[in-house]
Amino acid sequence: MVVAGRAGHALLALAAAGIATMPLWASHYHLQLASTALVAAMFALSLQLLVGAGGMVSLGHAAFFGIGAYAIHLLPPGLSVLATLPAAAALAGLAAAVVGALSLRTRGFFFLMTTLAFGQMLFFVFHDTPLGGGKDGVFVTRPALELFGLVLEVPRRSRPAVMLWLNLGLLVLMYAGLALLMRTLFGRALLGIRANEDRMRALGYNTRRVKLAAFVAAGMLAGVAGHMQAMTEAFVNPELLGWHRSAEGLLMILLGGLGALHGPILGAFAFIGLAEAGTLITERQRLVVGLVILAAVLALPGGLAGLRLPRRERRQPAPAAVEAARP
Amino acid sequence: MSALAAEGLTRRFGGLTAVDDVSITLAIGELHAVIGPNGAGKSTLVNLLAGELRPSAGRIWLGREEVTAWPSWRRALAGIGRSFQRSNVMRGMTVLENVRLAAQAGEFPLRRWLRPAAREHGPLRAARGALTRVGLREAEERVAGTLSHGELRLLEIAMALAMRPTVLLLDEPLAGLGPEEGERVAALLRQLARDHALLLIEHDMDVVFAVADRLTVMVEGRVLERGTPAEIRASPAVREAYLGQGA
Ligand SMILES: Nc1ncnc2c1ncn2[C@@H]1O[C@H](COP(=O)(O)OP(=O)(O)OP(=O)(O)O)[C@@H](O)[C@H]1O
Ligand SMILES: [Mg+2]
Repeated sequence: MVVAGRAGHALLALAAAGIATMPLWASHYHLQLASTALVAAMFALSLQLLVGAGGMVSLGHAAFFGIGAYAIHLLPPGLSVLATLPAAAALAGLAAAVVGALSLRTRGFFFLMTTLAFGQMLFFVFHDTPLGGGKDGVFVTRPALELFGLVLEVPRRSRPAVMLWLNLGLLVLMYAGLALLMRTLFGRALLGIRANEDRMRALGYNTRRVKLAAFVAAGMLAGVAGHMQAMTEAFVNPELLGWHRSAEGLLMILLGGLGALHGPILGAFAFIGLAEAGTLITERQRLVVGLVILAAVLALPGGLAGLRLPRRERRQPAPAAVEAARP
Repeated sequence: MSALAAEGLTRRFGGLTAVDDVSITLAIGELHAVIGPNGAGKSTLVNLLAGELRPSAGRIWLGREEVTAWPSWRRALAGIGRSFQRSNVMRGMTVLENVRLAAQAGEFPLRRWLRPAAREHGPLRAARGALTRVGLREAEERVAGTLSHGELRLLEIAMALAMRPTVLLLDEPLAGLGPEEGERVAALLRQLARDHALLLIEHDMDVVFAVADRLTVMVEGRVLERGTPAEIRASPAVREAYLGQGA
């Protein structure tokens, strides 16, 4: 998995700046839609750490997203976001530590199935017990926006804009953090493990520990995404933990490109955009989205993030691989 | 003192006993070759010593420490480096990155996980040193998956070297090399044997007799004979069972 170069980051920054100006020209509806995409991008990005970087394909990742969302419901109302956000990450990370420790005993298909089983278990905890407020979901009180002891009162009218900026800021932070992480010894080891885990063990890497750390970190980031989902919608329901959402995340990173760290962001926006366009033209929205994704994945093996690659490939074999290995 | 010692190693696969009551000691400064026909259990022996496989019976010591129950990564960190008979590398990464990952393994305690990889000059130097020794320095920017069979064999050796091991277990490092490369690697093996405990598995008898200090002949999982090259050459049992055709 590569991290985009300078030109790529300039484009991403430009896109982020464009989104940041949306409150000046877009409707409330579209601001909310953009927030939905930003949250989806955070979730997909957290999944990329697992799949694109670590080679661990999980169908239970949404459980940590959902736990992060439910954290707002479980914590006493009226807390500052500075308290609820870390708490959501910590709760999700804790769950990921337990699930990861058990499921990382397996690999490949069995890992997929184990994470699916754990994910569904957690889903049913919130679906079938009073803990989460029931299967139909509950409304939650948004955490207070407090910065340096200053409570920001957000009038109803400007809430979509504020949520958009908050989500955008967190996505940027998350992306930057992961881009830096991929440059560390840990990031290198993780890429090595994805490439050939047995060989990495033979070289002296405790691969299970590295993978568990990635699993927990990805879980925490998913928890952050889930927290922002709940804060944006002021509503949580058990579907947030369900395997459908995990599968959607996988589709987003597949669509955006497994080979690039920013792939999931493109994929999430494309996915949300497609779903939106789908509802506009037809009632069979899911079918249309499914077909478009299928076509896109078949036509673009590197996903949206790989769109430029074919031209370079002539001169330099496997550029992605070369980049991945660059110091 | 022996660097690596194994006693009564046995490994069964279902009804097949691939390694049967094998004891072996490796000492620093000595090149110990294991020969034997296909399926004799040589690679299985290496896998047992390196920790890739658990023995059905027997014990293994690294220096004074018993490592029988240690996982492979822990043995690797403690000084056992190995190469694989079937090239086993990170094919999508460059040659340099493969070797650098090998060199970095020993400098990867938890507290260093978040260090920027670009600042690790020590492993980079070690990696380049290992590549120079095997003659792959020119190819360092190439993607491992594009290497020829022979170059992959060299990369295997470079990775084992970059681990800075005290014990080197090399499973047919020369197989498939051209005559020129083969000679260079044979010379390298001699050089490495000076400050490593080296276990070499090799089919080419000319090479084995030229470089080995000691030989163990395995047949059907058991040790048939053991001794210096001269003793092995003279052994009637070995002649009959193994060298029969040409020697
Ligand atoms: N994982 C395994 N499961 C079952 N049988 C195995 C396994 N590994 C090896 N064997 C069997 O054990 C025996 C010894 O195999 P091994 O690879 O150790 O032989 P070798 O001496 O290295 O042979 P070669 O010279 O062909 O490399 C063979 O009969 C092989 O089929
Ligand atoms: Mg073998």
